[in-house]
Amino acid sequence: MYTQGLDSLGADCLHTSAEERAALEQRFQAKVDAEERIEPKDWMPDAYRQTLVRQISQHAHSEIVGMLPEGNWITRAPSLRRKAVLMAKVQDEGGHGMYLYSAAETLGVSRDELLEQLLTGAAKYSSIFNYPTPTWADVGAIGWLVDGAAIMNQIPICKCSYGPYARAMVRICKEESFHQRQGFEIMMTLARGTPEQRRMAQEALDRWWWPSLMMFGPNDATSKHTAQSMRWKIKRFTNDELRQKFVDITVPQAEFLGLRVPDAELRWDEASQHYRFGTIDWSEFQQILAGNGPCNRERIEARRRAHEGGAWVREAALAHAEKRRLRDAKAA
Amino acid sequence: MTQVQKQWPLYEVFIRARSGLEHKHVGSIHAADATMAIEHARDVYTRRQEGVSIWVVRSADIIASDPSDADALFEPAKDKVYRHPTFYEIPDEVKNL
Amino acid sequence: MRSYALTVGDTSLILAQRLGEWIGHAPALEEDLALANIALDLLGQARYLLTHAAQLQSDGGSEDDLAFLRDPQDFLNLSLVEQPNGDFGQTIVRQFLVDAWQLELFERLQQSSEPRLAELAAKAIKETRYHFRFSSGWVVRLGDGTEESHRRVQTALDALWRFTHEMFVASPAEQEAIALGVAPDPASLAAGWSSRVDEVLKEATLQRPADVAYSWHGKRGQHSEHLSRLLAEMQSMQRMYPGAQW
Repeated sequence: MYTQGLDSLGADCLHTSAEERAALEQRFQAKVDAEERIEPKDWMPDAYRQTLVRQISQHAHSEIVGMLPEGNWITRAPSLRRKAVLMAKVQDEGGHGMYLYSAAETLGVSRDELLEQLLTGAAKYSSIFNYPTPTWADVGAIGWLVDGAAIMNQIPICKCSYGPYARAMVRICKEESFHQRQGFEIMMTLARGTPEQRRMAQEALDRWWWPSLMMFGPNDATSKHTAQSMRWKIKRFTNDELRQKFVDITVPQAEFLGLRVPDAELRWDEASQHYRFGTIDWSEFQQILAGNGPCNRERIEARRRAHEGGAWVREAALAHAEKRRLRDAKAA
Repeated sequence: MTQVQKQWPLYEVFIRARSGLEHKHVGSIHAADATMAIEHARDVYTRRQEGVSIWVVRSADIIASDPSDADALFEPAKDKVYRHPTFYEIPDEVKNL
Repeated sequence: MRSYALTVGDTSLILAQRLGEWIGHAPALEEDLALANIALDLLGQARYLLTHAAQLQSDGGSEDDLAFLRDPQDFLNLSLVEQPNGDFGQTIVRQFLVDAWQLELFERLQQSSEPRLAELAAKAIKETRYHFRFSSGWVVRLGDGTEESHRRVQTALDALWRFTHEMFVASPAEQEAIALGVAPDPASLAAGWSSRVDEVLKEATLQRPADVAYSWHGKRGQHSEHLSRLLAEMQSMQRMYPGAQW
């Protein structure tokens, strides 16, 4: 799975004794506790490395799969300005995927290996992208809600302990701000438009609200990885904390739009100064995780077709580079 | 002749913004050749800046300094900065690597 | 000079639309970004030119009215750009042929007597130099890559070559523009285009196809079956919801 090369410096080396390893772990944790960054060449526990590879690559896969539900509307964007903005947004998402694959590659895994895991179904990506975008309003809802939730998740990671991941997140967060704004602007235009447009916007909100809440992951009580990830400062806030923050920020935005959040139990709680909201139906989430969502197959199929269909192109580029190298060597 | 594995090599990207004084490491891209590497670096890392200078270097060619910690329990000498399996040229016929 | 602005603008618009179909499906992530970059540049050119054309109208229309409410026979793009994407090789060949043409065109258009066109050309020529670098680089890599890549791009070149004929034959709109000093004579672009293309094809070990006097010119509104299908998709939202704001 990971590099089997001899150059496995820094890994949980078999050559270190139990005492040496304990000391290394202690120093590592002290660095993390002191908010110092861990960089690629530093010693790190195998489990830390593996957790990061999993988390960063899942994030990267989500970005590139996320290009598809919105990319679906590039050719049908209803104005030239919307077309340009959407192209730029989807392009950004591809770029974000690249920054994250770059960060993951510093941990000893190659992008090709990660892509292989995605295409065989071995790797996960954010389940939100397994929902369809049947209308233009879904593009607005994704920008407003999904990117909004993503931003909430991402900002704390800018302070994560692993340097390359933190730096990638800083870059991503800088670029993300226009994504959410363009989504909200689309929703606003629709909400203030014709009756059909208003209906389109409301139905999109109905479709995307609960999946967006599920983006923050399982409730803290049932979340396996949270405690250790928080100790390693890979995760800075819990799932429920972020989800609550998202609801508190987003409900007033929906009210501004004049749209109704599809939750009969939603109410402002004066005492706690938070919105109380209904119970999430995790069975739908489980279905999607198990691969039975509306678009799971299509998303992976699309990525596979692109990757396999493009193999001849990538090979040709390498073949040409090799020919040039030989010609240059001869000429020298 | 050894066949390299069929992946575009990794390049590290360094960018100097118009207002900047030095090149900063911003990340990496894959490319089949140097010209492509510059174009990819430009397309990925300069979409929001004007007047930049781009350096791309094959990751395999970067040599990193030793970590400064005196307490390190092992002391790597000059070594590669990233542990990329793609740096290793393995003949196609060799399996399970 | 509305028609001339549309001749140039529609070509950029339809090509941008075709490239938009690739985003998320390219052979490598880096190429998704590269194609999106070119699409955005072309769309920018189109928006500038369609806005300019709309302002020349008496009815106060907009760039969007022109893009979304015109019928196929009123579009004045080169037939070449409405051809389907095909594989990456065909897309690259199409791009290369257009980029070489835009280089010649924008170079000369900087001297247009219409300041708005001269201004557009001055910006667009820089973008086009980058596009040409990208597309010609790929023509060479694919032409002189593997046997398969060579075969694919030679096939694409053979299929698309006949559409290059109209690049150098003036349509009625262009004739009017030439007379006013607004546009260069397309025939004068041929030599530069030809030598630029030949140089790349040679390096790519590709065979230049024989010239064909192909007379179904998109610039005169004589389009293939592809354009109406492309526009049906592109214009669908505005057609389904007439009068709505987006």
